[in-house]
Amino acid sequence: MSFDFSKKSALRPLILVLAVFLFISVAASPAAAADGNFIDTIVDKVYETLIEDDRYQYLITGLQNTLIITFFSLILGLVLGALIAVVRTVHDMKGKLKLLNLIARGYLTVIRGTPVLIQLLIIYFVIFASVDIAMVPVAIVAFGMNSAAYIAEIIRAGINAVPKGQFEAGSSLGLPFAITMITIILPQAIKNILPALCNEGIVLLKETSVSGYIGLTDLTRGGDIIRSLTYEAFIPYIVVALIYLTVVVILTYFVKKLEVKLNAS
Amino acid sequence: MPAKGKVLIEVKGLRKAFGDNEVLKGIDTTVHEGEVIAIVGPSGCGKSTFLRSLNLLEVPTGGQILFEGVDITDKSVNINKMREKIGMVFQQFNLFPNMTVKENIMLAPVRLKIMSKEEASKKADELLKRIGLSDKADARPQQLSGGQQQRIAIVRSLAMNPDVMLFDEPTSALDPEMVGEVLSLMKDLAESGMTMMIVTHEMGFAREVADRVFFINDGVIQEENTPQEFFANPKNPRLKEFLSKVL
Repeated sequence: MSFDFSKKSALRPLILVLAVFLFISVAASPAAAADGNFIDTIVDKVYETLIEDDRYQYLITGLQNTLIITFFSLILGLVLGALIAVVRTVHDMKGKLKLLNLIARGYLTVIRGTPVLIQLLIIYFVIFASVDIAMVPVAIVAFGMNSAAYIAEIIRAGINAVPKGQFEAGSSLGLPFAITMITIILPQAIKNILPALCNEGIVLLKETSVSGYIGLTDLTRGGDIIRSLTYEAFIPYIVVALIYLTVVVILTYFVKKLEVKLNAS
Repeated sequence: MPAKGKVLIEVKGLRKAFGDNEVLKGIDTTVHEGEVIAIVGPSGCGKSTFLRSLNLLEVPTGGQILFEGVDITDKSVNINKMREKIGMVFQQFNLFPNMTVKENIMLAPVRLKIMSKEEASKKADELLKRIGLSDKADARPQQLSGGQQQRIAIVRSLAMNPDVMLFDEPTSALDPEMVGEVLSLMKDLAESGMTMMIVTHEMGFAREVADRVFFINDGVIQEENTPQEFFANPKNPRLKEFLSKVL
């Protein structure tokens, strides 16, 4: 059997990386040198750390929480980000909404000027300190508000990248600002910024790895718990890294497909 | 010169400044229904700014523009309503790339509830037939040549049944072999009685089609005349110099 290297597959680099990780993990393991059987050693180690006592459940719960937080914060970020972007654009183009624009700018400065971890800690331990609230919704609010700031600037850049003539053509036909925006400008803007939005989604997925700081079992925290239970750091962290990598590669694959479809239309 | 219709546009002391740079320094003129006016002048003289002020794409810093008796520089006027009657064609065509050719033409009449979808579709078909591009109805603008795009941009404006058409250097971005098809459509339009104001570098076209030619320089209309007089017998020294360079 031979690999067909002419065939383009998004999964090929992933397989390659998996193979490299496997090799490193085996080579780095002290036991590997002793009995020389790489595969048996790795299988034993995975069994001892992850399968025994069903410890892999920490990773499954963690992955679930990570995906839930990422998905809903992305939705929150998109909605809030689009609102901020429209306020900023209306202000820049028409000189209206002065107060809202000021608030939006202040928001962007604060959110982008402080680490997301501090924002998460403040929201959980300060703002929601006296309220009995589940950790996942708090994380969604924190990461959603954070990514809204970045998404707002991405959307604004997308709107600015649409040639001014498009807006003028819409206006000259008598179309009001809102209709011009919705039917002409935003469809072109979204097409332009899709790669950047996808990137933001990937960044967000990885940023949620600090959720453990408020005691939430996300994927990273799940791996961490396994390490503290087994005193084995290598396998849980490598597996956690591989899970993140797999999710990102799959996401990237679907966005590529969507982009091709959008470019065709 | 054709018999003058009623006054359509009256410009009084129009001024426009970008920061400290005053581009229009008091323009006064009157345009009558059915007139075709060519506007020429050296680059940077303010001719495009003047044209773009007429539908408030540039907001004037002084003076008045009366369109059908209404001062459109008055903030209480709904400018979008006025723009429905003022068509505009741009140098860069500005067709909407996210729509088909036919959707481009139908967008404004349907969205502004001036026509039903069926009426707009029928109108678009008629207009495309008129310019011989019926087979391009479902094409995307980017698939067409510059000349085709500009002709579609012209009929997109016509779909709104405007009372005047403004042309901002409509052939300047075209390959030479495509200039003819756009000019011939504009000539048809002029002959059908459309009121037109055209910023152009096509002196031959101005001479042949225009009723009056304006020479704008240093932010004012320095000379205006019938094309015969304008080209054969220019009086302003700057105009003489300009014509000696472009003819």
